Amino acid sequence: MSANHDDHHEAPDGHNRALRLGIGGPVGSGKTALVAALCRSLGPSLRLGVVTNDIYTTEDADFLRRAGVIDPARITAVQTGCCPHTAIRDDIAANIDAVETLEERFGPLDLVIVESGGDNLTATFSRGLADKQIFVLDVSGGDKVPRKGGPGVTSADLLVVNKTDLAPMVGADLTVMSRDAAKVRDGKPVLFTSIREDKGAHSVAEWVVGIVGSWQHEHGTPHSHSYLS
Amino acid sequence: MHGSPTGGMPNQGAATHGLAALLLLADSRLPAGGHAHSGGAEEACRAGLITGADDLSRFLRGRLATAGRVAAALAWSACSASASWELLDAEADARIASPAQRQASRTQGRLLVRTARRIWPSATLNDLAKALPEGSHHPIALGVAAQAAGCTPDQAAMAAAYTSVTGAATAAVRLLGLDPVTVHRVLAELPYDSVIAEQHDWSALPAHAAPALDLLAEQHLRTEVRLFVS
Ligand SMILES: Nc1nc2c(ncn2[C@@H]2O[C@H](COP(=O)(O)OP(=O)(O)OP(=O)(O)O)[C@@H](O)[C@H]2O)c(=O)[nH]1
Ligand SMILES: [Mg+2]
Repeated sequence: MSANHDDHHEAPDGHNRALRLGIGGPVGSGKTALVAALCRSLGPSLRLGVVTNDIYTTEDADFLRRAGVIDPARITAVQTGCCPHTAIRDDIAANIDAVETLEERFGPLDLVIVESGGDNLTATFSRGLADKQIFVLDVSGGDKVPRKGGPGVTSADLLVVNKTDLAPMVGADLTVMSRDAAKVRDGKPVLFTSIREDKGAHSVAEWVVGIVGSWQHEHGTPHSHSYLS
Repeated sequence: MHGSPTGGMPNQGAATHGLAALLLLADSRLPAGGHAHSGGAEEACRAGLITGADDLSRFLRGRLATAGRVAAALAWSACSASASWELLDAEADARIASPAQRQASRTQGRLLVRTARRIWPSATLNDLAKALPEGSHHPIALGVAAQAAGCTPDQAAMAAAYTSVTGAATAAVRLLGLDPVTVHRVLAELPYDSVIAEQHDWSALPAHAAPALDLLAEQHLRTEVRLFVS
């Protein structure tokens, strides 16, 4: 293969490139709020890029740009033609293109976050797009949701249950959610957040720092960035 | 000639049997980003130009006879690999008046080349990617991908004609809730042969303009609420 910049898809093993983190979950659960929180917490130590998959508008991208948590040029909005899950699972070409373009323009990067459009409980990221994925639920969807399972809840690398501040108002029992989630997730981690109260989503940020560290340990640190030293 | 192909033979190791390759290439499930493009149908629906199966049929006939015909000829030429990629790409550029459509075409071309290179690795696709790193126009990418996959130029032209209408048809189904079976009947009745039967001497490529499609594409880009890229 030539060295032409179009060629890094030829290294699907992920050597020397950013970790790609997918963030999925139902409409309005707090995906964009989590992306903003992660940018806030991780921006100072990690080189970041963000891809949003808005459904109708560039609302999410605009929100993140306005939030001032990341250089607006490092946010790319991808349109998904009525099918948010297609763009993250069955036909990931536009998202891959967006990720690679960010890496070309601003790389080397440590972490590229891809936020999916709000979708249903079956929407998960293809492994061809995301190396790791977070599924975000919120308590106001009802405390039965973890029990219902579905690929997002059961298979995501991290399940985040957001808006715990609303639990008393919607009568959601967090211990039930926690117990049910543990049951269907086979030991994989679950974190409860209230991004409204913790603007940096610190527990999630800590988890992300951990996976970026393991990723770079395994695949090499893109260039000579020293955040882990 | 910089970036020019070396011959018409696809990479034998990677090529799929021609007819099967054609089916794979024309399938809307080909993971090359096509699902997010409506070929002007979204804007036409928004503007009230497509409201049902009859309107849609007329829209698709117009699309096939103009954009489809040009795409078929370009794909045929690219598949038969008789011109330099930059030159053929410039010919495509000259035939698409709307900047929004040119952009959409290049985006789809870039995504298709990226996908095709992984499915049917070939020196010709590598040449194309190198010659036009920002993306070749979609019909050219399709023609070269077809060559790499093992299709004939006629098959490449058919794939271009067919995909010039299927994306728009699917978009209308999603946006208007049309009966998908009715829409497939519309697709089945379109005169595909009429647009690929021409002589594809690439120095005499057709240039059928569709001003309405150009205007729809430009308006679409300026519409704030939209689901499709184009
Ligand atoms: N009370 C409360 N509200 C929150 C919390 N996190 C986010 N929100 C609010 O929930 C709403 C939706 O949040 P977003 O981050 O846009 O949700 P999203 O999942 O990105 O939504 P889509 O992209 O439209 O699917 C916004 O009004 C947020 O301010 C939280 O922890 N508590
Ligand atoms: Mg969002």
